[in-house]
Amino acid sequence: MNLSILIALPLLTATAVLFCREIRTVRWLSLGGVAVQLALAVVLLVRYWAARSGGAEAAMLFTSRHVWFPALHIWYYVGVDGISVAMILLTAFVMTAAVLVSWAIAPMGKEFFVLLLFLGAGAYGFFVSLDLFTLFFFLEISVIPKFLLIGVWGSGRKEYSAMKLALMLMAGSALVLVGLLGIYYHGGSFDLQEISQKHLPLETQRVFFPLLFGGFGIFTALFPFHTWVPDGHSSAPTAASMFLAGISMKLGGYGCLRVAVFLMPEAAREYSPFIIVLATIAIVYGAFATMMQKDLKYMNAYSSISHCGFILLGIGMLTRTAVTGAVMQMISHGLMTALFFAAIGMIYDRTHTRLVERLGGLLKIMPFISTVFVLAGLCSLGLPGLSGFVAEMTVFIGSWQHGGGMYRLATILACASIVITAVYILRATGRAIMGPVTDSQYSRLTDATWNERLAAVVLCVGILAIGVAPFWLTNLLGPGVNSIMVHAIKAVTIK
Amino acid sequence: MNQTMGASIIIGLRQELMIIAIIFILLVVKLAATGFRNEAIIRLANLLLLLNFIAGCFVGPDAQLFSGMFHTDRLIVLEKDMLNLGTLLVSLQAYDWLKGHRQVTEFYLLLLSTLAGFFFMISAGNLLMFYLGLELSTIPLTALAGFDLEKRTSSEGAMKFILSAAFSSGLLLLGISFLYGATGTLGFGAIAQRVDGGAFMTFGFILFLSGLAFKVSAVPFHLWTADVYEGSPVPVTAYLSVISKGAVFFIFIQVLYTAFRPLAVNWYHMLILLSVLSMTVGNLFALRQDKLKRLLAFSSIAQSGFILAGIIGSSRTGEASLVYFILIYIFSNLGAFGVVGLISAQTGKETIGDYRGLYANNKALSWILAISLFSLAGIPPTAGFFGKFFLLMAGAGKGNYVYVGIAALNMVISLYYYLRVVKAVFMDKSEAPIGKLKIGVMPNIAFVICVTGVLATGLVGWIYDYIFSLSTGI
Repeated sequence: MNLSILIALPLLTATAVLFCREIRTVRWLSLGGVAVQLALAVVLLVRYWAARSGGAEAAMLFTSRHVWFPALHIWYYVGVDGISVAMILLTAFVMTAAVLVSWAIAPMGKEFFVLLLFLGAGAYGFFVSLDLFTLFFFLEISVIPKFLLIGVWGSGRKEYSAMKLALMLMAGSALVLVGLLGIYYHGGSFDLQEISQKHLPLETQRVFFPLLFGGFGIFTALFPFHTWVPDGHSSAPTAASMFLAGISMKLGGYGCLRVAVFLMPEAAREYSPFIIVLATIAIVYGAFATMMQKDLKYMNAYSSISHCGFILLGIGMLTRTAVTGAVMQMISHGLMTALFFAAIGMIYDRTHTRLVERLGGLLKIMPFISTVFVLAGLCSLGLPGLSGFVAEMTVFIGSWQHGGGMYRLATILACASIVITAVYILRATGRAIMGPVTDSQYSRLTDATWNERLAAVVLCVGILAIGVAPFWLTNLLGPGVNSIMVHAIKAVTIK
Repeated sequence: MNQTMGASIIIGLRQELMIIAIIFILLVVKLAATGFRNEAIIRLANLLLLLNFIAGCFVGPDAQLFSGMFHTDRLIVLEKDMLNLGTLLVSLQAYDWLKGHRQVTEFYLLLLSTLAGFFFMISAGNLLMFYLGLELSTIPLTALAGFDLEKRTSSEGAMKFILSAAFSSGLLLLGISFLYGATGTLGFGAIAQRVDGGAFMTFGFILFLSGLAFKVSAVPFHLWTADVYEGSPVPVTAYLSVISKGAVFFIFIQVLYTAFRPLAVNWYHMLILLSVLSMTVGNLFALRQDKLKRLLAFSSIAQSGFILAGIIGSSRTGEASLVYFILIYIFSNLGAFGVVGLISAQTGKETIGDYRGLYANNKALSWILAISLFSLAGIPPTAGFFGKFFLLMAGAGKGNYVYVGIAALNMVISLYYYLRVVKAVFMDKSEAPIGKLKIGVMPNIAFVICVTGVLATGLVGWIYDYIFSLSTGI
């Protein structure tokens, strides 16, 4: 399967949308584009399975290489392993839902969809890149659409948030850039596989690991660089919030794993206590901060900081199970948070408020949206049967495998934060969804439209598919995680 | 024998001769055909410049003329043709401003004289030739800076320019005479052989370097830049910031890589200092500017700091990246200046506040401005990303990652002020936004070239590869 199609299709759709006049055509064309993309992602999954069960041994499948800048040994080099396939599926699900919930976006609907599709193309490109330059190109490509999407179609302090987000993510990219150049000059290439076989010297790893991990960490809300998350997510329009929390934050986690840990396993081992401390702080602090929020979007943004802490915790623990859990958490949180933001967006579109205290009794007025909200909430607090439980449980088991007092303590603290999650989720649900209708105006509001229903269903399918039958995902991720962990485990035995 | 000599001179000097021929044609038009309207002259001039650019695309043999005073090779031909393209773009974009101007022909005469000067400067194989070329371009540039004849700020800008240019020329000349005293020669090749790194010689070199730093407005030699850029007419500012700077950088890297190669240890550190200062100071001053011309002036100071990274690289990659970046810089900076110039010529508005809500009525202009600014900021998929990445890659070649880190953080700072403009254009609401502006055919062509250049130069890999194949490095 030619992976470049995954990047080209959103771009082609965006170009086609650019030439449409009617907003109706724009919508249907965008939806068509993302739907085909979703189908392609499923096809990719099936063909990946077929190839693996057919005995394909290579770490990366469906690779294709074209020389881009021969003088600098820069290649356009793409390929996938199980982790990438899972991330591509996640992106396809979230993008489809994002287009569906933006159906009535105004003004400048055309520009909105073009930018959104462009954003999607960047994410696909990032997940399939096997060349560090290509990867960095796709990482940074999202700056323009993110800034414009938040600044033009956002709400609240949108300009401030857009600027803050763009600058902080750019700072992350700057760290990544220096790290990449360091790797290039010490490893002699931008090719991920090639560098990983060369085994960078420990002194080099010590210098560049923090740069790369920190740089990618900013994308995934590594404490103390998480401050762009609440403002950015809350001010963004619904679709952009879904993308930001659902996919953009996962770019960071994926980068930490694929680049930093994969290429510099010994340094990862050395720095792992720092990562774990920071991740634990993010988990606990994020959870407590969420309790204090009155605005639903801020609530979900802070809870994203907490949940993304699990990703970093899993990566920092460096056991096979924990890393698998971290990747599952990326997928699970991506779907869950996108669903949550979609539900909040639907509520806000109708009630024009996101303050928990002003809402009440929504279940009676808009049962569908309220159910979606509750489902996302339950997934967030880890109800068995939904994806959150599976992912977090895997992270906890993996973390517990790591002996040592500090690691145990971090695991216990992380587990305990689930209780806090339950508190804020249930409190918000009780207040806003259950109870009496607080405002008589609300009784006139309508329930979800077809497109909103479809968006929610798409995401729920993903959540349930992981929650009910998690083994297909673990099996999918297995070889990819193994090939990353082989180096990290070797790193231990060498020492 | 004489005939072949003559022929080889003509072939070697063909790009310079083309420019001079155009100057003569325009002179004749000016004298003989007084009845020509402005627009006809502009059209003719643009046509000639286009022909000149196309002619420049043909590669001739390498040549050494006048016992090494003048030399040309494929890289130099390419560099000159890049300047040709830039001049054509400036001229196309100047349409709105020029069509009402009284001295259109003079504008082109002066413009092309500076270009001829730059060509001789780039081709110099000798410090004397270099200086002659530089001065040939400085004097007409001053006249151009004061070309808004009715505006006092324009005359003020011209005055500041000539004073600072005289000062920097003084430094250059003093440096050149010291170097001559120390080595007994002015030829690049001969200097390289006789450089001994003694104190006297080094002092001469520092003076020479300062003179060059003045011309590319590297901090701390940048003080003239903002005022001159602000006072001059927009097309002239664009020319100054792109063509003039690009030309000086071309010779800058050549001189350092040939004549002063033995002093590489010395200038490596000096240039790092200049580069860090230029990036940081330029960016910090740009943060608070409200006038777009001043903002772009400080941004161009910061860009100089980045371009210096290519020289610092002291490698083939460094040289190729520098030339490549200047090509990209021509497209992106001229795209931005083109929009600013068009708006300034039609409405007289030049501050960020005036640009609020520009998107409401001028969608195309807004996107051109945004894309150009993103390219200046180095965000993909625009070419600026590739340019900056390769420059920093070259800069990191000697293992100085602290320097590269500072440069990378400067990219973050610079993003802020570029985004400020984008924010004003797309997000801010204004009660009286700029109305729908008419874009003439010629500015339109220029915009199409700029945007295509900005979007395609990076993605198409062979452009860099071609430049790399011509570069020799240190």
